[in-house]
Amino acid sequence: MKELILVIVGAALVNNIILSQFQGLCPFLGVSKKVDTSLGMGGAVIFVIVLASIVTNLIYTFVLVPFDVTYLQTIAFILVIAALVQFVEMFLKKNVPSLYQALGVFLPLITTNCAVLGSALTNVQKEYNFIFSVANGFGTAVGFTVAIVLLASIRESIEDNDIPFNFQGSPIVLITSGLMAIAFMGFSGLIK
Amino acid sequence: MNKCMERIYNGIVKENPTFVLMLGMCPTLAVTTTAVNGVGMGLSTTAVLVFSNLIISALRKIIPDRVRIPAYIVIVASLVTIVQLLLQAYVPSLYSSLGIFIPLIVVNCIILGRAEAYAAKNGPLESAFDGIGMGLGFTVGLTCIAIVREILGAGAVFGVAFIPEDFRITIFGLAPGAFFVLAGLTALQNKFKAPSATNGSVPRSNLACGGNCASCSGASCMSNHAALEVVREKAEAEAAAAKKAAAEKAAAAKKAAAGKAAAEKAAGQDAQAANKE
Repeated sequence: MKELILVIVGAALVNNIILSQFQGLCPFLGVSKKVDTSLGMGGAVIFVIVLASIVTNLIYTFVLVPFDVTYLQTIAFILVIAALVQFVEMFLKKNVPSLYQALGVFLPLITTNCAVLGSALTNVQKEYNFIFSVANGFGTAVGFTVAIVLLASIRESIEDNDIPFNFQGSPIVLITSGLMAIAFMGFSGLIK
Repeated sequence: MNKCMERIYNGIVKENPTFVLMLGMCPTLAVTTTAVNGVGMGLSTTAVLVFSNLIISALRKIIPDRVRIPAYIVIVASLVTIVQLLLQAYVPSLYSSLGIFIPLIVVNCIILGRAEAYAAKNGPLESAFDGIGMGLGFTVGLTCIAIVREILGAGAVFGVAFIPEDFRITIFGLAPGAFFVLAGLTALQNKFKAPSATNGSVPRSNLACGGNCASCSGASCMSNHAALEVVREKAEAEAAAAKKAAAEKAAAAKKAAAGKAAAEKAAGQDAQAANKE
């Protein structure tokens, strides 16, 4: 149990997927203008990464390893994730319209988000078993949500500030992310 | 041949993926800690890009339109696996320092973006040169950023240290430094009004998503496809409506003409009747 919590905290804060691993930067910079949308994106990412961790782990243990074709993991994972997201989108649209309203717009955006494939590959690389894979996926996705919501709230509050002309737009967002990355480096003492 | 050179110039200068289009930001920030890593990542991506453009362009008439994105992903993922295995076998040091970013080349927007924007519409030779140009442009961009970070962070260029340890700014070699270097770069582009996707001075791509890869993660091609479908359906509906309207007009004209003829005939008969009387 203790190890499980360590994996989740480690994935969420210490090795934050965006601010220290640099995966999933595109939605981080692109969908962080408003807190509401960033929350929606975060929710969709949690949903998809947890599902993808479950499915890719099952595929890896029960298909790729028995047939000794683990070198096909990249192809298998990306196809499974793409199919999974399409399927989830169709399922939600038909059966849970309220959830689809909240997450639907973001689902096609994250089919091939680096973070989803990245966390699936990390699970394999670190040889996590089923439960640890899901925990790691969940932690990673929570870390993504924390980072994107924080950035969105900072962006909302600096919106009316007097930023030097040359730094308006993406430079100030990048500097903000850099400062956040420094702050998140403070978590590195949290484990070991 | 001129066209091929034009594609290379276009990739390196006019539409440089790193400086102008701002594509593939994840590897740009993650692996640029040293110049060697930057060059390695750039060349691996170039190799994948050239062959994916070549294969996709050669197969463009065979792949059905509806399933083209999954087909592209399979092609790209196979090529990435080949590159990964080759790096693991022949350049193990680069393989371990690039780590997870080699398989993540699959989801680099540059590759699917070029497949969708260029290779799907042009011949294999031009597409291959487009891949070479874009790949070299990406390599140049990564190398420049990596050199700046390596000088500031580790006081070295390509591993040759020349700044004493006391004068190095370690943070530039770490994660936050990547953000700061890129922020400085985009600020300079704003200052000199250089063409860049970040200050809106680059014309939007003619893809339905606008070619804005900052808010895309590769999969927008799916929604791009959906948007294109909508546009096409609308155009078809409009064409059909126009055809229908034209047909109706023609029918109405015919009817009117027929009516007129009938009226004339009737009038003629009337006149005849009147004459008889």
